[in-house]
Amino acid sequence: MNATLLSLDNVGRDFDVSRPWLNRVLEGAPRQLLRAVDGVSFEVRRGETLALVGESGCGKSTVARLIVGLYAPSRGRVEFDGVDTASPEAARLRGRMQMIFQDPYASLNPRWRVRDIVAEPIRVLGLLNRKDEIDRRVAELLRQVGLTAEDGEKYPHEFSGGQRQRISIARALSGNPEFLVCDEPTSALDVSVQAQILNLMTDLQERLGLTYLFISHNLAVVSHIADRVGVMYLGRLVELARAEAIFARPLHPYTRMLLDAIPDLEMSGKPRTPVAGEVPNPLDPPSGCAFHPRCPHANDRCRTERPKPIRRAQSVVECHAVEEQRI
Amino acid sequence: MTLELESLRIEFPTRRGTLVAVDGVSLSIAPGEVLGVVGESGAGKSITGMAVIGLLEPPGRIAAGRVLLEGERIDNLPHERMRRIRGRRIGAIFQDPLTSLNPLFTVGDQLVETILTHLELTPAEARTRALALLKEVGIPAPESRIDHYPHQFSGGMRQRVVIALALAAEPRLVIADEPTTALDVSIQAQIIALLKRLAREHGTAVMLITHDMGVIAETADRVAVMYAGRIAEIGPVREVLRAPRHPYTVGLMGSIPKVGAGAGKRHARLAQIEGAMPRLTAIPPGCAFNPRCPKRFERCLAERPELVRSGANEVACWLYERDAAQPR
Repeated sequence: MNATLLSLDNVGRDFDVSRPWLNRVLEGAPRQLLRAVDGVSFEVRRGETLALVGESGCGKSTVARLIVGLYAPSRGRVEFDGVDTASPEAARLRGRMQMIFQDPYASLNPRWRVRDIVAEPIRVLGLLNRKDEIDRRVAELLRQVGLTAEDGEKYPHEFSGGQRQRISIARALSGNPEFLVCDEPTSALDVSVQAQILNLMTDLQERLGLTYLFISHNLAVVSHIADRVGVMYLGRLVELARAEAIFARPLHPYTRMLLDAIPDLEMSGKPRTPVAGEVPNPLDPPSGCAFHPRCPHANDRCRTERPKPIRRAQSVVECHAVEEQRI
Repeated sequence: MTLELESLRIEFPTRRGTLVAVDGVSLSIAPGEVLGVVGESGAGKSITGMAVIGLLEPPGRIAAGRVLLEGERIDNLPHERMRRIRGRRIGAIFQDPLTSLNPLFTVGDQLVETILTHLELTPAEARTRALALLKEVGIPAPESRIDHYPHQFSGGMRQRVVIALALAAEPRLVIADEPTTALDVSIQAQIIALLKRLAREHGTAVMLITHDMGVIAETADRVAVMYAGRIAEIGPVREVLRAPRHPYTVGLMGSIPKVGAGAGKRHARLAQIEGAMPRLTAIPPGCAFNPRCPKRFERCLAERPELVRSGANEVACWLYERDAAQPR
């Protein structure tokens, strides 16, 4: 069996955000492309949790959607278990990967009973046919995520946010997937409920041997759940390393900045480096390294030449300053 | 004290009975002090803030207790008098900077209008003051930005404008309800630092309402932890975060993932509080936390605990009854 479950090779995705055709003709406005994801490559190994972090607009959710096939890549290749997800054979990959969304209020159909929501992937994928088999499987799934079989009779509005997220997880698991793409699964939840969901996800991974791609903006959550962490900035993957390495020895200046920006709960009195500036407009990304306008280590090369991924002991990082050993 | 709440009780009469959203909350904030109010959704923290600025949505009403601003009772004022206090003596900052600003007016117009409403200045003086405010909250090139519309600002810059608006009339008290929740981490830190500096420099009391313990740790001097409409624990921030006493605060602190702690260690589990906060329709008798509390005993089921002193904190929990009884 192949150790790599998913691989992205130089994947990019553009969105056409041009003005309408008539405006372009009359006003001579050019076509405008937004590079949401630009040259991202990484692999996810079987049984691990890879987390992608970054601020809003960095392209992390677009990567999630590219992987599950909600978007087609504009450039590059996404392979799942050796099969190109853009190829016709990709149809049989359906069910092997599932997605959990951020907002458990928007991702469950309010007019369906929970048992129908959870049973839908089973029916669509044709995993089971007899009604009693499906009912038994749904009850088992609900118990697996900490609900009861009787909860299947209820509607989503009868549940709290945390319980709804459990329903989303049960639905994702009903297709017997190997791989779950979780897009900010806990960011709409309160901290105590977030802890319950994170613990549940950890338990399920252990029990079912799942592989997770975990998208989040919360570095504390990521540091808790991930084996490896990728940091994205303006559509690019600027650093990818094992979790312990990224939190102990961040290399890329942006990763360092993100880590410095986390509020210090221990109140050790460690001075927090104020972060300068904001994420630039993705429609007009800076030349060279996208981070250079905010980077304290930027030089002329950073302003003109886009850094290539370089390998360091435990990390892959895109930064001239690291390559030249200036930092 | 800039603000004092005395046994505040807020009710929402509904057809199916009266919901008590805030039940016997007492606290005070000194000039220049930042009091953090934390709790999960539905704990009553935002409602408390709204009651202070007199913007409770009907049918919500203050059923008992008092709100004192610099010693003066403000919860029973007529609308018109309250309207003049709001903005002048109490400023407000809300979560979403885009809905706090009028999209049809430039930020300069909005600042000048606010300043002219509350202070006796000429329009030219008001504009000078607006420029100074924008500069103070860290907007680069305020001379050109003052004539821009809200949509021309980024999220972080908009929140700075909202802070400038809240501070326009030099209020004595600022209610900041989740001021950094809609912002990215890197911007969050900037806004927190700004809020803290302004409170210190102007001697403004700040009530910082948030669900984010990290923000509290960075900003607040004292913190009140709310649960089901009541204060579970209140005390100096360092004390509450490092040595929480109430089982709910202990659980809450344990359930927050810590950066770096055990990063990459497989299958580490977070401490979790079982269950969820009760709905307002079904608050249990006795201590509201008792169904989820690992340390409950008979008394918790029957009697409601009041805040008692334990070290530097005050805790509403029967476990600490004995500490308080001892002579100090």
